Amino acid sequence: MATLSKPTEEMQFIIATDVGSTTTKARLFHKKNGEWRFLVAGEAPTTVEAPYEDVTMGVQNAVREIEELTGHKLLASGGGMIIPYDGEKGVDLYCTTSSAGGGLQMMVSGLIKSMTAESANRAALGAGAIVMDVIARDDGRQTYQKIKRIRNLRPDMILMAGGTDGGATQHVMEIAELIKAAEPKPRLGVAYELPIVYAGNKALRPQIEELLKEGFALDMVDNIRPVLEQENTEPARRAVHELFMEHVMSHAPGYNNLMKWTDIDIMPTPAGEGMAIQLISNTYKQNVMGVGLGGATTNVYSIVDGRFVRSVSANLGMSYSVTNVMKEAGIENIMRWIPFDLDKEEVAARLMNKMIRPTTIPQTLEDLIVEHSVAREALRLGLKHHRSIATRLKGVQLLRTISDMFEQSVADSYIDMMTMDICAGTGGLLSHAPRRVQSMLILTDAWLTEGITRMMQDSVFMMPHLGVLSTVYRDAAWNVFDKDCLLRLGTSIAAKGQTVFGEPVMEIDITMPDGKVINEKMNLGDLKLIKLGADEEAKVVVRPEKLYDIGAGPGEELEATVQGGVAGLLLDARGRPLYFPEEDTKRKELLLSWFKATGMYDEEALGRLI
Amino acid sequence: MVDKVMDKKVDDENNTEEAHAYTPGLKVKKATMVEKMRRLPLLGDVYTKVGDVVSYADIVAKTEISGDPEIVKLAMMIGLEPEDCPKFMTKEIGDYVEQGETIAFYSALWGLIKKDVKSPVTGTIESFSDVTGQLILRGAPIPVEVDAYIPGKVIEVMPREGAVIETNAAFMQGIFGIGGEVHGDIKVVVSGNDQTLEADMITEEHSDMVLISGNMVTLDALKKAVEMGVAAIVSGGIRHDDLTTFTGEEIGVAITGQEEVGLTLIITEGFGTMNMSLRTFELLKEFDGFNASVNGTTQIRAGVLRPEIIIPHDIVEEDEGEGVSQGMVPGTPIRIIRQPYFGAIGVVHSLPVELQRLESESAVRVVSIELDGGEVVTVPRANVEIIEE
Repeated sequence: MATLSKPTEEMQFIIATDVGSTTTKARLFHKKNGEWRFLVAGEAPTTVEAPYEDVTMGVQNAVREIEELTGHKLLASGGGMIIPYDGEKGVDLYCTTSSAGGGLQMMVSGLIKSMTAESANRAALGAGAIVMDVIARDDGRQTYQKIKRIRNLRPDMILMAGGTDGGATQHVMEIAELIKAAEPKPRLGVAYELPIVYAGNKALRPQIEELLKEGFALDMVDNIRPVLEQENTEPARRAVHELFMEHVMSHAPGYNNLMKWTDIDIMPTPAGEGMAIQLISNTYKQNVMGVGLGGATTNVYSIVDGRFVRSVSANLGMSYSVTNVMKEAGIENIMRWIPFDLDKEEVAARLMNKMIRPTTIPQTLEDLIVEHSVAREALRLGLKHHRSIATRLKGVQLLRTISDMFEQSVADSYIDMMTMDICAGTGGLLSHAPRRVQSMLILTDAWLTEGITRMMQDSVFMMPHLGVLSTVYRDAAWNVFDKDCLLRLGTSIAAKGQTVFGEPVMEIDITMPDGKVINEKMNLGDLKLIKLGADEEAKVVVRPEKLYDIGAGPGEELEATVQGGVAGLLLDARGRPLYFPEEDTKRKELLLSWFKATGMYDEEALGRLI
Repeated sequence: MVDKVMDKKVDDENNTEEAHAYTPGLKVKKATMVEKMRRLPLLGDVYTKVGDVVSYADIVAKTEISGDPEIVKLAMMIGLEPEDCPKFMTKEIGDYVEQGETIAFYSALWGLIKKDVKSPVTGTIESFSDVTGQLILRGAPIPVEVDAYIPGKVIEVMPREGAVIETNAAFMQGIFGIGGEVHGDIKVVVSGNDQTLEADMITEEHSDMVLISGNMVTLDALKKAVEMGVAAIVSGGIRHDDLTTFTGEEIGVAITGQEEVGLTLIITEGFGTMNMSLRTFELLKEFDGFNASVNGTTQIRAGVLRPEIIIPHDIVEEDEGEGVSQGMVPGTPIRIIRQPYFGAIGVVHSLPVELQRLESESAVRVVSIELDGGEVVTVPRANVEIIEE
């Protein structure tokens, strides 16, 4: 890691980039009157692929766009940035995140699928990896099937866990021997020595070293599950990050140069994004659900009672993976969000065409609505996946109360939308949504927020940039994050439950900042958007019907202070689960009424499509 | 469809001097030097040398990948502690064993208890672990060969890895394909780039050939082609539903080439009914009867690979050398690749610097295009591709 060009307090200009799978995004930050602000954005297609095969070209093109827009010279003639800023040209710091070339692809292993393997999975995901497969003794596959799978995978790295300290040895070694016997081949070619991080029973370290010292770049760290009651993912996560820099990045096209250009280590995009989402939780001291809806992957983050978990759905995304969303969700689920007639084959063909030409963007409203429909499904599936990762530690005896005796079972995932205080989104589609209310409704529809939830989004997609910047200059990162990045969309008030269409759901009294009281009676199927500005607050009293819950229990009244935003206060009585009429015409009418009630799209243009 | 963003200063629309943009397009070249790197997945032996003239089926390099491992839980099978097992093994580490041959024999209580462990496969004993009691047998090595794929001259040898073959050829890229490397004679079976390839147009005579369609190939035609032994089909478009039925599964992520569906299919324009670009169609027509090497392998993520048609010939090279497209300038020929003008061809009219608002209400950088018919339309710069000439 290079040293910084000058002390952070003397810096005036910072440039950060994110080399995404589709687009390279450059962001210029400037300190003015003692305050760091976002200045301008530049974007260009990522050039990790043939015929360019050099990511620095995309970086230069994105930065050149900033030069064109500002007249501020940034690029050095010999490559890289002009560093430091000399009063006229250049910047004081350059940092970047990257997810191009498929990101960091890992295979993880553990002893028991729901215990050490699950912990290893969480550690790899937390480090920003895409987990290709999880191998465990009890994963339901025969030995020969596991061997075949490992031989077919082309991982960048392996994380191996298993056994508590002083616990199982033989079965852990069996998995290690199986991995060695399968001779996994790295994706990055024969010259690449496959890194393995061992984070299992520490009593086995000598045997593991003996077994794997040849043919692998072995690193051994503290046990991920030293005792059953404790999960210790941090040492493994750190080791994965270091090996990512040392091995993976140096093999990707052009990264050797890019590493020379940057002042600090390149970070995987999801790791940067995760840091930004944690900034929100740390600042507001609340539970947060966040998402990065990318072109290739969907990363979901949760911070619940201080516990941070990240999941990555490798094949759910809005460009490269768009047809996989169609495959996994089913085209009918995508079509249910479209309020006008469109042939199923036509929608499928459009999505296939987007996949094969992933950098194209919707020009027509019709195309935009199709993409927004896919986004809802990608987010819905992403959350479903996240719930399977964000689980209680298994293998730990749960203290159960008498009331638990009447419950069917203790839910595996602790993700409960009712307990989420904030939902935040980033990624091209959400950040670039032409109307802010679009991202608010897309997130609400996909995740079915319950109770009172504050909604936020990344204004112009710079969460990863600020995440990586925060590692060396937290104040600047937070300044920009608070003022320019974290856009407050508003607050959603949604009742949980579903009865009959048109029947009462809740009654809400809203005391607006000027003292005026608005009373809203909401029936099942209703959706309303009340204007409440970004710096405004309102007091609400919500009285749900007895089969509906707003957070205080079924039928229980709730009083709260809610924050406004660029979209406003969303009153949602559409039911949880969401009520959709079975009849197609009625579904379209209802959907259209939601779009109109929230000003989702230009009404005139929308009218032309009906 | 497009409005200027009013909060930006609007310069002269033709101010394109400072505008930088490029969108890589698909290559369609009549004569160019095509180089193909033929590389083993791991180190092995190379059978050619620089200057050799090879045919498409000649083996360029060969290696063996280690055989599949077979794990024998020896300690468990004998019923002893792992560290006690080696003395009952009848074979040494490194020994070759036949399937059914005894690898360990244990006898106790004067022969009353006998455990005869036989090898489940033919292979070599690779290791035994005294921690787990597992014995690993390695099956016979699996040979891997790399052929030349295109006829031509060897211009470079990468020791122990493979070689680079060069040939003068027509070279065309498709946008999407399925199926791997094949070769066959080009046969244009439609009358124009706007005609669909139907089943009744395919006969036994088309066995081992590369059939050229126009705007679409039907599902029945694909099935008939497999029946007739057609090597490959090149078409402008295809219905998504037909492709799903033909391959037997929905394509999720565009990483293809491994499908075993009986032929290689290349789509040059996209999904739906799409006229094959006239330039591509005319070029394929010109080479009717020539032998072509065709590969449907497509990978759009992590190192893009587009499907390709390589038609070796002796026509003198006319193109300027290879080069990475530097960008769009007024006059650059381009194709629009998204609604509402999907498939339209024209030339760059201007590249306005300022952002403009689309019907979708997004404010983006745009390109103004003069279509073939003379109409001028504006579309996002992201929605065009350069026609490489």
